[in-house]
Amino acid sequence: MNEGLYLEGMSLLDFARGPALRWAVIIFVIGIVWRLTALLLASRKQLEPTKGSATSGGIKTLLTRSAPAHELEKNIVFQHYSGYAWHIGMFVVLLFFAPHMLFFKDILGFGWPTLPNLFITFFSVVTVGILLVLLARRLMNPVLRQISTLDDYISWLIAFLPFLTGLMAFTHITFGMRYETVLALHFLSVCLLLVWFPFGKLMHAIFIWPSRYKVGAAFARRGVRA
Amino acid sequence: MAASKTVGDVLRAHGVSRRGFMKFCAATASMMALPPSMVSAVAAAIEKARRPSVIWLPFQECTGCTESLTRSHTPTVEGLIFDAISLDYHHTLQAAAGQRAEDAMHQAMEENYGNYLLLVDGSIPTEEYESHSCTNGHSHLSMLKEAAAGAAAIVSVGTCAAYGGIPKANPNPTKARGVQDLITDKAIINVPGCPPVPTVITGVLAHYLTFGTIPELDPLGRPMAFFGQNIHDRCYRRPFYERGQFAETFDDEGAKKGYCLYKLGCKGPVTYNACATLKWNEGTSWPVQSGHGCLGCSEPDFWDKGSFYRPLSAAYWGDAKTVGIGAAAGAAAGLAAAALARGKQKKAQQEEKA
Repeated sequence: MNEGLYLEGMSLLDFARGPALRWAVIIFVIGIVWRLTALLLASRKQLEPTKGSATSGGIKTLLTRSAPAHELEKNIVFQHYSGYAWHIGMFVVLLFFAPHMLFFKDILGFGWPTLPNLFITFFSVVTVGILLVLLARRLMNPVLRQISTLDDYISWLIAFLPFLTGLMAFTHITFGMRYETVLALHFLSVCLLLVWFPFGKLMHAIFIWPSRYKVGAAFARRGVRA
Repeated sequence: MAASKTVGDVLRAHGVSRRGFMKFCAATASMMALPPSMVSAVAAAIEKARRPSVIWLPFQECTGCTESLTRSHTPTVEGLIFDAISLDYHHTLQAAAGQRAEDAMHQAMEENYGNYLLLVDGSIPTEEYESHSCTNGHSHLSMLKEAAAGAAAIVSVGTCAAYGGIPKANPNPTKARGVQDLITDKAIINVPGCPPVPTVITGVLAHYLTFGTIPELDPLGRPMAFFGQNIHDRCYRRPFYERGQFAETFDDEGAKKGYCLYKLGCKGPVTYNACATLKWNEGTSWPVQSGHGCLGCSEPDFWDKGSFYRPLSAAYWGDAKTVGIGAAAGAAAGLAAAALARGKQKKAQQEEKA
C-alpha cells in the first residue's frame, strides 16, 4: 500500500497520484455518504390528502424530465442537448481512454475494452468546445447570468480543468512545463474535482435521480403533473 | 599509455581506419544533434585532443555501469575512444592494486589538478553511515570530496551516482546520496541509467573532447542530446498505443504481435533516455524491443515508484478499508445532520402548535 508514497524524493507527480489522490478520495467518500444519509433520513410530514400514486408519478418524472418539456422546448433545447452531448463526451473520455480504464481497473479489479486515441481526442475536443460555448452563453445570456451563482462557475471550472490538463498532457502542449508536471496537474485537477464534488453543484450526478423522483412523487401525490 | 599522446595516435595504433573514424565522428555529431558541417570539426577536435586524465571512482555500486561500458563487445571505435582517455584510476579495470593503485590515483590528481575528469559510479553513504563504504580505509564521502576538489568536471555514471539509485531506495539504510547532492561547486553531468547506454557515456566524453565544455543539460542534469526526449515518444511501438492495441500479458497474441506494453507497466511515457534511438549491443535491441516494458531506470528514485508491472495511470487511491472508514464517518455525519434537522423541525412544529 505504501509503494510510491515515500516522501523522500517525492515529485509533484508522485504527490498528485499518491497522497493528494488518497485524501481527495477520503473527502469524496465522506462527503457523498454524509449528504446522501442526511437526505435519506430527512423527514417530511405529509400534510395534504393523497390524490394520486406517488411511485408512478415519481418514475414518470424520471423519464419526462430527461427531455425538454414541450412548453419550454424552444427556449432550452440548445442547452438541453448540448448538455447531453458534453456529458456523453465526458463519459466516453473518462471510461474508454486506455490509461483511464487502467486507473479504474486498479480500483475495481476488472477492466473493459477501450477506444483508439483518435476517438478520445475527438470527444475531448468536442467536449471542451461545448463547455466553452456553455460558459460563454452563461456569461452573455442576461437571464442565465442573473440566476448563476458562484457555485455554477466554480463547478464549471472544476469540470473543465481535468479536460484542459488532460488534453495538454496528451498533446504535449505544455506551455514550457515538463510533461510530468502537466500530468501531475491533471491528477491534481481530478483531486480538486473529487473534493468539490459532494459540496457543490457537481453533486447533481448523484442527486439527479432521487431528486427527480422525489419532485415527481410529491407532485403526483397532490394530483399535479410534474 | 602516455598522457601526451593524442586520441588520433591511439586510434591509429589500434588500427582504426580513417573511414571508420569519420563514421564514428558523423554518428557522434548526429547524436549530439550537431549539423553535418560539424562532422569534420568533431573529427579534428577528437583527433588532436590530448587524452584527458580520467579518474573513475566506484562507490556503492554493483559494477554494472563498468560492465555496460567494457563488456559489450570488442573492440569498437566507441570502446577505443574510451580507451583513448587516460584512465588513471579505476580499481576494477587497472592492473595495479592496493597502495600502488592509490598512489597512481594521487599522482594523477596532483599532475592534472584542475584538469582531470572525475567519473563516479555508485552512491555515497553519508552521516552516521559514512564509514559503511570505504576503500583502503578512506570513506567514499571523503574520497569524493578530495577528488572533486581538483576535477575540471564530474560525470556521474549511472543512476546511483546521479541520484542515489538503488542504495538510496526506501528505507535508504546507509543514507545514500548522489554526487550532485554532495558536491555543489563543480560542473556535474549526470548520465543515469541502470546501467547507462554505453554510447551515451562515450558520446558525453566525445563532446568533452571536442568542445572542452559540458553539453547542454536538462533540469535533472542530463545531457539534452541523449535525455531530451522520452522513451514513449521515440518508441517504435507507439503507433499501437495510439490505436489502442496493447499486450495484456507477456505471452498473449498482442505481445507476440509487438503491441504496446503500457498495460504491462511500461514507464516509457515518463522516462527520458536514448534507449529507443541508440539501442543496446551495437544497436541490436533494447528492453521494449525485447518485449519488456521500460523500468524508468534513468529517472531519480525509479526503484520507489511502485511495481514495474503496474500501469502508469494506476494511482495510489487508497484501499477498501480506508474508503470504508471514510464511508462510516460520512454516515455518522449524515446521521448527526439528520437528527439535528429533525430536532429543529419538531421544535418548529411545537412552536407553531403553541
